[in-house]
Formats: sequence, structure tokens, C-alpha cells
Amino acid sequence: MTELARLRNFSIVAHIDHGKSTLADRIIERCGALEAREMRGQVLDSMDLERERGITIKAQTVRLKYTARDGGDYIFNLVDTPGHVDFSYEVSRSMRACEGSLLLVDATQGVEAQTLANAYQAIDADHEIVVVLNKIDLPAAEPEKIKEQIEDILGLDAADALLISAKTGDGVDAVMEQIVHRLPPPSGEVAAPLKALVVDSWYDPYLGVVTLVRVKQGRLEKGMRARFMGTGAVHPIDRVGVFSPKPVVIDELGPGEVGFITAGIKDIADAQVGDTVTDDKKPADAPLPGFRPSQPVVFCGMFPADGGDYPALRDALGKLRLNDASFAYEPENSQALGFGFRCGFLGLLHLEIIQARLDREFDLDLVLTAPSVVYRLYRRDGSMMELHNPADFPDPTQVDYLEEPWIKATIIVPDDFLGPVLQLCTEKRGIQEQLTYVGQRAMVVYRLPLNEVVYDFYDRLKSISRGYASFDYDMVGFDRSDLVKMDIMINGDRVDSLALMVHRSMAEARGRALCERLQELIPRQQYQVAIQAAIGGKVIARETVKAMRKDVLAKCYGGDVTRKRKLLEKQKAGKKRMRQFGKIEIPQEAFLAALKMETS
Amino acid sequence: MSCTVSAAPAPAAPAGDPGFGLYVHWPFCRAKCPYCDFNSHVRAEVDQDRWRRALLAELDHVAALAPAAGPLRSIFFGGGTPSLMPPATTAAVIDRAVARFGAEAGIEITLEANPTSVEAARFRAYRDAGVDRVSLGVQALNDADLTALGREHSAAEALAAVALAARTFPRFSFDLIYARPGQDAAAWEAELGRALDHAGDHLSLYQLTLEPGTRFHALAERGRLRLPPDDTQAELYRLSHDLLAAAGLAAYEVSNHARPGAESRHNLVYWRGGAFAGIGPGAHGRLDLASGRVGTSTERWPERWLDRVERDGHGLAPFEPLDAVTRLAELVMMGLRLAEGVPLARIEQLAGRPWRETLDARGLARAERRGHLTVEDGRLKATPQGRLLLDAVLVDLLP
Repeated sequence: MTELARLRNFSIVAHIDHGKSTLADRIIERCGALEAREMRGQVLDSMDLERERGITIKAQTVRLKYTARDGGDYIFNLVDTPGHVDFSYEVSRSMRACEGSLLLVDATQGVEAQTLANAYQAIDADHEIVVVLNKIDLPAAEPEKIKEQIEDILGLDAADALLISAKTGDGVDAVMEQIVHRLPPPSGEVAAPLKALVVDSWYDPYLGVVTLVRVKQGRLEKGMRARFMGTGAVHPIDRVGVFSPKPVVIDELGPGEVGFITAGIKDIADAQVGDTVTDDKKPADAPLPGFRPSQPVVFCGMFPADGGDYPALRDALGKLRLNDASFAYEPENSQALGFGFRCGFLGLLHLEIIQARLDREFDLDLVLTAPSVVYRLYRRDGSMMELHNPADFPDPTQVDYLEEPWIKATIIVPDDFLGPVLQLCTEKRGIQEQLTYVGQRAMVVYRLPLNEVVYDFYDRLKSISRGYASFDYDMVGFDRSDLVKMDIMINGDRVDSLALMVHRSMAEARGRALCERLQELIPRQQYQVAIQAAIGGKVIARETVKAMRKDVLAKCYGGDVTRKRKLLEKQKAGKKRMRQFGKIEIPQEAFLAALKMETS
Repeated sequence: MSCTVSAAPAPAAPAGDPGFGLYVHWPFCRAKCPYCDFNSHVRAEVDQDRWRRALLAELDHVAALAPAAGPLRSIFFGGGTPSLMPPATTAAVIDRAVARFGAEAGIEITLEANPTSVEAARFRAYRDAGVDRVSLGVQALNDADLTALGREHSAAEALAAVALAARTFPRFSFDLIYARPGQDAAAWEAELGRALDHAGDHLSLYQLTLEPGTRFHALAERGRLRLPPDDTQAELYRLSHDLLAAAGLAAYEVSNHARPGAESRHNLVYWRGGAFAGIGPGAHGRLDLASGRVGTSTERWPERWLDRVERDGHGLAPFEPLDAVTRLAELVMMGLRLAEGVPLARIEQLAGRPWRETLDARGLARAERRGHLTVEDGRLKATPQGRLLLDAVLVDLLP
């Protein structure tokens, strides 16, 4: 057990690409935890995917030994935080495992949306914050201006900001000393009943679920029966250890310490981030505050492009779920796309990550439907259901009202692009809460309905700001909303997989856009095809694919027989890939394009 | 040539006997037309003796392969431009073919010709060689469109050639191309009216089709050539059918119109699923051998074909055996182009099962419900509307 005064628990708070992983590497190097040849660069990002995308998906942590200039030995626990908006809850839990933060800002870029979001999280967690300006070796670095920004926007004192280059290592020694002298040590009674915060958990094929914890009070040791207070799960601890960064088994963890436990846990849902571990024999009276079981808010359908891959997809999703309690899925059967799964995610990036992993690790060719969000549907009898799929919308006469999820979005954008950004937010039913200037850049805060954000918000924000806007958001909860279910009908038949939930004010425009798109995509048939968008029984948009007028080869003589026959065979084979809707056969490609529809 | 040719209508084909024909491909043209994707080539010099010998050699080879084939119901010289073939070669091929395969009474011998004055001057010689029917590639009756279509004749020259053909041959036909860029219903109706003034008992009307590899196709890809919209194309088709039917030349096939009895007997062999021999570069055939029916084809490139025939005695590629399912597909695909349709007995004879079981049941039911197919007089027929959409109907129908 480590003496509290010798402990420093901290995280690094930064926007993407501001150099968090590089600084972490330098700190690990300074502590001699790894030989130089073991440093593969960005040690903390263990998954290939993170390395590739330059972001940290699952938090990891490392315990380091540092000898300060004053000769004292200290134990640093560098707690890594996921670097993306979708994981803000996980970030907040990581913060609760620390007493201080390094606020790392790129001296050439300045404060960005995630700098803000993460800094506020650190402030919320009562962190002592050391401001560090990175990349000062670059000619474009403007440390004075950036210090001013930090003071203006975040209200932090930046006068003593450290100027470093994580790349060259310049200034890192000062960072080490500041960690010792500026950041407070943790506190906590060793004799009190155990309370340990679950910071992260992941699945290891040999050890089962590995749970990363921060002990707040009491002691955690092998053989103890760990009770997860939020979920109620109880598992005997078979291993206690720390990451240095390699896993090292130790006897126990005391107050202020960060380490891992294994307890033969098979289901990661038993060890959820934010939960409190206590001793089943001598439990704490109350868990640590703030636990929130993970709730998927963004949903999409995943279907194998080849129906024969369904079992492979099911197995792959099961494996991903082992490592990711926030990812949910349930079987779905669609008229247009066959058998697949309805999958739930924390957000769009989370969705993208899962999709990329399915592609990379399982080599599955997938069809993804347009993402939608979760709605709360209140029936007239007072009961509530969560609506994950518009196809599950009940008889409208049973429905009292609906609620949709809202977010608070923070966007930082160069002044030149502010107009179009405001216009985009307004168009997406946004409500402006704040508009301030930071030098040449504007910071706007909007409340936005998540269903408009998943539609095409990111892409449009990126394109109208030429990539200069930075964006972050927080879920702020559900609000009652005038939502309707829009059906798409093809020659009078409802097409389940094209139904969508939409705000009444947007319904007509969306319906028209979808009908027009389908009209372009559906090839002419022998009979006229009517495409309609309808709410309840009322048609709000309509397009017609005119019947094919003439389709016959002008010349077909002896020399043409073979070629024509082979062409027919090919067309016949193509026809087998079509989906039947009443009397109409539609190529699957048309549905895919419509389901992936993005307005242009 | 010894057989006499009569203009009398052919006897109606006995049920189940579609006849046997010979197709002879002459691959040379004076110029390549921008819409044409046939196997045609422009050559400054053609060694006529070698070509005659080669055609005769390949004819002998094919006749020896299929000793049971014949007698000939027809011979067809296609191309290319067969009216560039020396009449002596035409005569030699006709004589050799009749000697090898035998001939039905009233054999039809057709030659495709371009209606230029140069070629018209040789009509008499082709008639003397045994040709009794010419099919003239008139294509249009106005000079601007003829130029656009890359033709080397004027409308007046073409009509003069038509008149000469009418005097020289017992039977003649000519082709027109419609749905040309900028053409509307009124213009086509007027043009068809003039065509009928000069027509005999047979006309072929082809909708302009953009075939990959042609200059028109390339122009259209670049947006420099635009066909009339679908609806106009369909309207022109209907207009042609109505107008010609009223004039007594009903459509007996998708693009072919004739007075009863004046149909192209050669092409009927194809559409009725008969066997035929094909010689010359790129010619296709369907031969009934002891092993069953096979598809034949020859080397397409003229010089390579010539070399191969001189070396091997033929330019044939390996045969493609055609099983019952494939033959059935071909029979239905070709037969439904005809107004007379496909005899159900032929389908059942080929498949060895009730005819309905041999086709896609759902596709058949749907086509019948939509009025695209009917069963009448023991035949499966495409209705006029069904024929207009035949390719789509076939995709549904074939198993």
C-alpha cells in the first residue's frame, strides 16, 4: 500500500491531436517504466484502431515511479481518458479517479471544443489543473495568445502555463515536477469500508473481465468477494494488480491507488464504468455518486450483405459486446434487407468504431441503415416504451406523446464560417444558448435534438466550415416533441425499413427528398410505380416511376441468339437479388442508397 | 445454277418443322456506319479468289459435320455488305450449298444490298447467280439523316435502287431506321407514307439502338447525340405498327412487316428455333449433330478466319452444346418475337414435360394477368403490348 502523500493521480485533458498520447509517452519514458526499445510510440493507445484514428477509445491507465528533484519517490497514476464526445460519461468517471489534470493545449491551434468539454469535466471533478502548452517548437506557436484564450474562455490562470514540446521532450521535466508540487495527493481512510470506483473494464479471453478501479477508501485484496453496488453482481477477486504499463500482480490496493482486479467475470455488463466495488462481507453504506448504466442513444440496423453471413455477424457482435458494455444489439428482420440486428451506440463515433472493427477484425461485408435515435413513447395508459426502431411504432391511437433526446452542443468556429454554422443549427431545430467570441473565433452553444444531429449534421458542419469547426456535445435529456412516424409506401405497400421518425415541421421536406431519391433509384418497371410518403393515412409527398414503355431488342437474328440468351440469363440472375414489394421488384441497391440517404 | 426460283408463296411450315437455313457472312464494307456493331470491316483490297475458295471450303466442312442437315429452306447472304461480293462467288456458294444440303422447293435466296447506283448495276448478275430476294439498307428517306447515319447514298438514289430491285427480283424488302435523333411522330409518319409508296411486300423497321463500341454510342456518352425520349420511341413503334397494318403489312415480328406469305423465310428459321449453318467470319450456327444441338461460331477477324480456313479447312470455334433448358430458352426468346408465337407442342417436345412446368410459374402468371402473354390455338403468344416489353417479359418468364 502506498503512502497517500507519495501518490499523484492525474489525467491529461486535450482536444484530438493536441498531443496527449505523445506527452503520456514522454512521462512514461521519464519514469523509466519501459526500456526505450519498448516504446512503440503512444503506449497508452493499445488498440490498433486507436493508433490509426489518433484517438483513444478505451481508457487505460499506468502506474509510474518518479524520483523528484528533491529526492523523494512518488507514485504517479496517469489515468487515460477516452477522447471523444460519445464517451463523455466515461471521461467524467475517469476524472473522478484523479485529483488533478494537465490541461494540454496545442499552442498553434488554441482552445477547441473538446478542450472545453474536457476542461469543464476536470473543473466539475474539483481538479487542480496545470496548464500545459504543447508544440511550442513550431513556428506557428503563439503561447501568449493561447494563454489569453485559456483565461478568457475557461477562467483558468494561465500565467504559470508550462511551455513544452512533447515531441522533442523539451519542458517535460518541468511537467514532472509540477505534477509533484502542484497536484494534491489523494485522501481516504484505509479502515473504512471499501469503496472503489470502476474506471474502465474490458474482456480478456484468458482472465475474463478485467476491471480498472480507483480505491476511494478501504482496501481491496485478493480473495475478497467484490460486490458491484450498482448492478448487484458479486464475484470473488482472484487477482489484484497494476499496470506499469505491463500488468503486475500485487497483494492489495489501498486508498488513492489505481489498479485492476479480475474476478472470473464473464459478462462485462457486471462491471460497468462508474459503478462502486465494495466488500460483500463488510459493504459500504452507499455507493459513490454519479453511477449511470450505459444507455445507447443512437441506433442503426446492421445486415449482412450476403444473407449467409448472418451467423458470422451474430458471433462477431457477441465478441464486440464482450468488450463494450455500451454496445447493444437485438435481432431485426427487415423486408428489404432480410435478417440482421438493430444495434445501439453511445453516439455516431461509437457506431463508426464498431463498424470499423467488424470490418477489420471479422471481415464482414455489412449493410448499415441510416442511424436513428432512441425515443420515449408514452402510451395513453401511462406506460412508457423506448422506441429503437420506427417499425415498432404502435397503433397511433394508443400513443399519448413522445419525447426525443436533446444535446447541448458546443461549436468553436472561425468567424468567417459563423453565419452558415448558425444557419445549420437553426435548420436543425437548434436553440441558441450562448454566442461568445474568442479572438477571431466564435464559440456557440446550442441545444439540438439528437435526431437532427445523427442525420447529417457532422458532415455538413465539416463541409460548411471547411473542417475548421470543432464540435463537442453532452446529452441533456429528453424533451416532449411533436414527432411523427413517416411511412414510405411503394404502390400502396408500406416498406418497413424505410419508415422513420421525424419532427412534424421537417416531415414534408424529408418525405419529398426521400421520394425523389427513390424515384431516381428505382428502375422503370412494366407497370407504373407510385412512391408515397405518408403520416398516418395522409400522403405528404408523392413521386411516380413511369412504366417502362418499350423494352425489346430491335434486331434479333441467328447471330444474336447466344448473346441475347446470355444477357437474359444475367438479367434473370440479377432479378433474384431484387426485393419484392407487392407486385414491384426493386433492386436492393436502391434501398441501400435510400437508407443511407444524406441530403445534399 | 440449276434450280429455278419461283415467286410463289412458301408452303406453310408443317408443325414442328422450322426448316433449315444457311447464313453466309461477307464481312466487308466500303465504310463503317456509325450505328453499326456488326462484324464489318473496311479493306482496300480483297483477294476474291482466296475468299471464294475459303467460303466453299468452310461450307464443305460444315456440311460434312452435319450430314443429316437439309434440305435448305433458305440461303442468306449478310454482312458487312454482301453486295460487294463478286456475283460469281455468290453463284459458286449457292451451287455448292444446294449440292451439299439439297433444297426445298421454292428455296429463298436473299442478299443484303446497299442501295447505291454502283451496287444496283450488279443486281442483274446476282439474279442470274440465283438470288431471288434482296434486302436493301435504305435506312432513311431524307438526305440529311442519311448523311448523319453515315450512308453513302441519297434518298433518290436509294429509291431508284428499290425500283430496280422490284423489276429485277421476284421479292425484295428494305430497311428503315427510326427514332433517330430529332425525329418526331409527324416526321416519321410522313416518311413511312413515302416508304409505303415504294415498298413491295416486306419492310423492316428498326429502332435506332446505341450499341457499345459504335461511334453513336461514344457520341451519346459524351452528350453529343441524344435519342428521342422513351415515350417518343414507344409512340413511333406503335405508329409504325398501326400504319403498316392498315397498309396490309402487319408486323409478323418485332421489327418486320410483310403481307401474309411474304415473310422472310430465312429469318423465320431463326425465330422458329430451326437449325442453320453459318459460314464466313463471325457467323453463328445451330446444328443438330448426333450428340444433340450445338451452337457454332467462327473466328471473327477476316484475315485470321481466312488463314484458319486455309490451314484447317474451317474457322470454327469449339462447339457450345445446348441442353434442353438452353434450347427452350432460345426457342421461347426467339419465338415470342413472332406474332404467331411458339407452338406449345414444340416446348413440350423439347422439355419432355407439360409446357407450363417448364417456365417460371410466377413470371408466366404475371405476364398473363398483365395481358402481355396469351395462349391461343395451341400457341404461347406475346400480345402487341407484350412484344413491346418483350425483353422484360422474358426475364420474368424464363426459368
